[in-house]
Amino acid sequence: MTAFFQHAVDFLPILLQGAWVTVQVTVLSFALSSAIGLVLALMKVSHWRALSLAASTLINLIRGLPIIVQLFYIYFVLPDFGIQLSAFQAGVIGLGIAYSAYQAENFRAGIEAVDSGQLEAAQAIGMRMPMVMRRVILPQAFRIALPPYGNTLVMMLKDSSLVSTITVAEMTRAGQLIASSTFQNMTVYTLVALLYLVMSLPLVYGLRRLEGRLAARKT
Amino acid sequence: MIEIHDLHKRFGDHEVLKGVSLKVEAGEVVCLIGPSGSGKSTVLRCINGLESYEGGEVRVLGERVDRHAKSIHDLRSSVGMVFQRFNLFPHRTALDNVMEGPLYVKRMPAESARREAMVLLEKVGLAQKADAWPAQLSGGQQQRVAIARALAMKPKAMLFDEPTSALDPELVGEVLTVMRTLANEGMTMIVVTHEMGFAREVADRVCFLHSGSIVEAGPAVQLLSSPQHARTQDFLRRVLRPQV
Repeated sequence: MTAFFQHAVDFLPILLQGAWVTVQVTVLSFALSSAIGLVLALMKVSHWRALSLAASTLINLIRGLPIIVQLFYIYFVLPDFGIQLSAFQAGVIGLGIAYSAYQAENFRAGIEAVDSGQLEAAQAIGMRMPMVMRRVILPQAFRIALPPYGNTLVMMLKDSSLVSTITVAEMTRAGQLIASSTFQNMTVYTLVALLYLVMSLPLVYGLRRLEGRLAARKT
Repeated sequence: MIEIHDLHKRFGDHEVLKGVSLKVEAGEVVCLIGPSGSGKSTVLRCINGLESYEGGEVRVLGERVDRHAKSIHDLRSSVGMVFQRFNLFPHRTALDNVMEGPLYVKRMPAESARREAMVLLEKVGLAQKADAWPAQLSGGQQQRVAIARALAMKPKAMLFDEPTSALDPELVGEVLTVMRTLANEGMTMIVVTHEMGFAREVADRVCFLHSGSIVEAGPAVQLLSSPQHARTQDFLRRVLRPQV
């Protein structure tokens, strides 16, 4: 046990650096996936058939591919087309795109769950569609979509480890490197697991509090 | 002010409106009555372009109502609408609901929008509920806020779509009182309602719709007291003396 703590003290600084990269990858790709997801969701609920069809096609395409394959494609194949990205950039963009499909479905479900009377009430006071969306539909849709949205964030924190496959030195990758050079597998991966929990559990707890707060205001 | 000429509307195979014509002058209060499914609400929804129509014409202040026209938004903000299920914005307080249109559609400065909204909440008797969330209000209070929200756009006319049908009986009166005040102030109003007492007392004219047509129309007291058409008589008999 003392050996565990001795090793832990040695490994922790490197793992924490990796954890910082994990946080960066998660936050950036979550933001990117939210933005793309929102655009896809708005396209999908649009009355313009071409738009909604294009959105559905994209969503299915993204959902039908393993995330790792998408990451490999962006990191290893795009350079052949003259698009050079750092591993970090490729990781953030890859995860962001891969998750945008799920975000789009979350948002679409939220938008469609808003009572149709809200749209009519907003139109009846003279609002144009973009304003109806921004002021009336989306704030309510977001509240409805918050539980799956938060869930996606937690999943993303964990799935950010996938970018280790394209050499981004996030926490899992840092652990792998330490483990392969010291053979302290138990210590390293226990620490990695604990560090993931230290990040994800407060997140889960915080999201639940936020949901509770928003729900309380409605009654 | 509002002219409807030979209005036709269908949902799929079902013809909801079969040539409805109606003319409402400024300051007039017209009640639309009739059994459910007769097309009353659809007429109302065609007036502010919430519904499209296939035939005939609706004109508001001389301008043709076209759901897809660019001008529809301006037209809608000049015709207030009150819904059966209130449709307040649940994520905004009563005051913010009333301010929403002036602030964002009319781009009025926040201070004057707030002042005018408070005056309107005062008018519907809810100034003390300005900061309440819709979910904290009774149905009657929500509907009064909804009326204030519509009035905040300073509409030339108000459309009421069964404004008291979703209310508990003891809450109907407070909403009708507000509507009565509006009528007395000279607001042009078209009211779809089952409240025959209100229609008799407040309306200048009453139109009876049956399966997509206006079967009978006339001065309120006359139509409600001595209906000429058999369907009107039948309907009024049912409404006024509900069979158990």
